Amino acid sequence: MLRVTGLSCVRGGVPVLSDISFVVAPGEVLILRGPNGIGKTTLLRTLAGLQPALSGEIGHPEDQGAYTSHADGIKAALTVTENLSFWADVHGVTRVSSILQEALLAFDLADLRDRLGGTLSAGQKRRLGLARLAVIGRKVLFLDEPTVSLDRFSVKLFADWLRDQHLAQGGCAVIATHIDLGLEAPELDLTPFKSALDASGGSDEAFL
Amino acid sequence: MIALLLRDLRLAVRAGGGFGLGLAFFLIVVVLVPFGVGPETELLSRIAPGILWVASLLAALLSLDRIFALDFEDGSLALLATSPLPMEGVALIKATAHWITTGLPLTIAAPILGFLLSLAPEAYVYLLVSLLLGTPALSMIGTFGAALTVGLRRGGLLLSLLVLPLYVPTLIFGAEAVRRGADGLDPTGALMLLGGITAGTVALLPFATAAVLRINLR
Repeated sequence: MLRVTGLSCVRGGVPVLSDISFVVAPGEVLILRGPNGIGKTTLLRTLAGLQPALSGEIGHPEDQGAYTSHADGIKAALTVTENLSFWADVHGVTRVSSILQEALLAFDLADLRDRLGGTLSAGQKRRLGLARLAVIGRKVLFLDEPTVSLDRFSVKLFADWLRDQHLAQGGCAVIATHIDLGLEAPELDLTPFKSALDASGGSDEAFL
Repeated sequence: MIALLLRDLRLAVRAGGGFGLGLAFFLIVVVLVPFGVGPETELLSRIAPGILWVASLLAALLSLDRIFALDFEDGSLALLATSPLPMEGVALIKATAHWITTGLPLTIAAPILGFLLSLAPEAYVYLLVSLLLGTPALSMIGTFGAALTVGLRRGGLLLSLLVLPLYVPTLIFGAEAVRRGADGLDPTGALMLLGGITAGTVALLPFATAAVLRINLR
């Protein structure tokens, strides 16, 4: 479902990772490991199409990628339901109300549905950000530290949703995380793919 | 796309959205002018078209930096970039939302303020028409400027410096149309040029805005 061959990524004009290849089949998860600054976020942003790759190919079904990072895109002046239904509408989801209902239950947000985004705690915001993934129905997820500021119970909620809903329905995910999600998944350590310090590339960045 | 427009409008009217800020600024600037130049009706009515246009320009400028900055900070912009919406569409919708919350109220309020500046009675209709034709260009050019400066700290000031020179053609033909209307001359030429500028910016700038946003999101 996701096939990456010979991918090299740049961050701020500097090549950070080179020659990465992997395949993620439907129903599978790939966990990215590596020390801070190795380029996990850069790789995920490149996979999601937010920044161009230096070289290599990324193959996944068109319009099926979804990206999430520590910034959840939650509007403080909108309620939990309004935030979620906005993203559902943007992604052209039909049967919004029932899908919304399921997502709210899966991430334990049902009691908070009419609260304004700005009044949520950090962990509740994170859960709302993850519930967005359940609402938009994308198959290929690129998740950057999805469990930051979640307590152990919420981490389990997220892992359960990922396993029982997303993966069970043929989705897949690439996750950068430092904790154990309790999923049986192959891990990819990015350390061997670190670019040499004098590697060239991304020379047009100086003009942008 | 409609969902994005509705969300932006809803955010604008909720607490902290800044709806009405531009309108209040417009009101205050126009009210201050008679205090500055003195109570000479003849002088006021001669400078009224220019004052009203300059004031609406500045009022439109006031809320430009919010167009993309807030979405950039909370991550929505990156999420929109990975959504099925084309970035060109996002740019156009953002400009439309800005126009509905700024340009349209300014247009409606301008005739009332024209009265304060003793604008010539014949000019009211042209004031309304010229603002209606011209303010969409202000929003569209401003959206482009906001995309250029998104992610920059203190981008607001740079944004004003970038955008104000681009507002000059709109200002010239907008004020000229009202002036000609006030003098009983035919303002059709100026109005057509004004409409041309708006049509041109709406046709071309969404593409430029989308390209700039993609670069700034890297």
